[in-house]
Amino acid sequence: MRHLMSPLDLSIEELDKLLTLANDIEKNPEKYSHACEGKKLATCFYEPSTRTRLSFEAAMLNLGGSVLGFSSADSSSAAKGESVSDTIRVISCYADICAMRHPKEGAPLVASQRSGIPVINAGDGGHQHPTQTLTDLLTIRSLKGRLDNLTIGLCGDLKFGRTVHSLIHALIRYPKIKFILISPEELRIPDYIREDVLSRNGVPFQEVERLEDAMADLDILYMTRVQKERFFNEDDYVRMKDFYILDKKKMSLARDDMIVMHPLPRVNEISVEVDDDPRAAYFKQAQYGVYVRMALILTLLEVEVC
Amino acid sequence: MLNVGAITEGFVLDHIQAGQSLPLYYDLKLDQLDCCVAIIRNARSNKMGKKDILKVECDIDNLDLDVLGFIDHNITVNIIKGEKIVEKRKLRLPQEIKNVIRCKNPRCITSIEQELDQIFLLTDEKTETYRCKYCEEKYQGRKRVG
Repeated sequence: MRHLMSPLDLSIEELDKLLTLANDIEKNPEKYSHACEGKKLATCFYEPSTRTRLSFEAAMLNLGGSVLGFSSADSSSAAKGESVSDTIRVISCYADICAMRHPKEGAPLVASQRSGIPVINAGDGGHQHPTQTLTDLLTIRSLKGRLDNLTIGLCGDLKFGRTVHSLIHALIRYPKIKFILISPEELRIPDYIREDVLSRNGVPFQEVERLEDAMADLDILYMTRVQKERFFNEDDYVRMKDFYILDKKKMSLARDDMIVMHPLPRVNEISVEVDDDPRAAYFKQAQYGVYVRMALILTLLEVEVC
Repeated sequence: MLNVGAITEGFVLDHIQAGQSLPLYYDLKLDQLDCCVAIIRNARSNKMGKKDILKVECDIDNLDLDVLGFIDHNITVNIIKGEKIVEKRKLRLPQEIKNVIRCKNPRCITSIEQELDQIFLLTDEKTETYRCKYCEEKYQGRKRVG
């Protein structure tokens, strides 16, 4: 039985197979519409998350399966003091697969050690969010046709954003990847990513502060939100939150085949006027999130569709 | 030069950093053993200038070599039988250490989940980096038990 805790749990070959399956689901949704009939997905969300939870539920429903679960710790037995280990043992009796989000880092790993069913990490604090990374990889491969030979601009909160850290880890496994790290001084990429991950693996990167300086070189622009909850000081947040605003004028500096991605939700960092630009890929990205979760559920449940 | 008599059967931990023998004595839980222990501090050393030595008169199986390797893998372990060194045991950095150090990340599941083992994994041998198995937080503290 396999679980998914980190995007690096999958080898490049396994990842390739998963993304190919997701693309087949995209093209032939009917073929998969009864693949999980009689199977149940438990969504155990100890903290609220509309997007990820609904994406998992949509994925299971699209496969003909059903869903059960809870969407906050208050409405679960955690409020009564039950441990994650005990909860998953009970959930294993009710469902065939579990997607777990928890504010404590490593909670899904604890669950996987005691579980009788596959566990998917649906986000554990600031640690990992592997299905977001799989979504990003599927979006890139589908829209750019490859995962190698790319220049990727990561823009915004590069200090606290686990999404960009995971994406860097996942992409450096491919050849000819180059990063342009676009952030204000205060939100630069942490040293351990710069030194232990990028420099150590010989991955070329440059750090810039102005988005305009990077636009023309990019195959992909990955925007992130400055998260209020990461700041101790309201003034710092206010100063940082509108540091980058992608608008039509900045988009005019980019190549015609560049794509703009964002894990969503966005606040001000992408102006709504960009939404109609054919290079805006962030809503397609949300759709790819459902396909990749469908592929993941099928893979972990070892369901073969002929 | 102070002379401490040879031990008949047991082990000698040599090349301990000067001043570290007493903390090591407690970290290895030697205080809980009912055997003769000699703690030698600030002995002259060609290699280190000054060093500490621990002589323990009990079976080597009472010693947790993983804990010792984690604290300082440069310490020499000499096993003594019949007052002679019969084996020199080489220490290594253990791949995994269980319930030796605690994760200090308040966002880690180990901070709330009852009876969960505190497990750290060696993630970089060169830099001797250990990370929590659950949250991957780097262990920043001194290499001491606690």
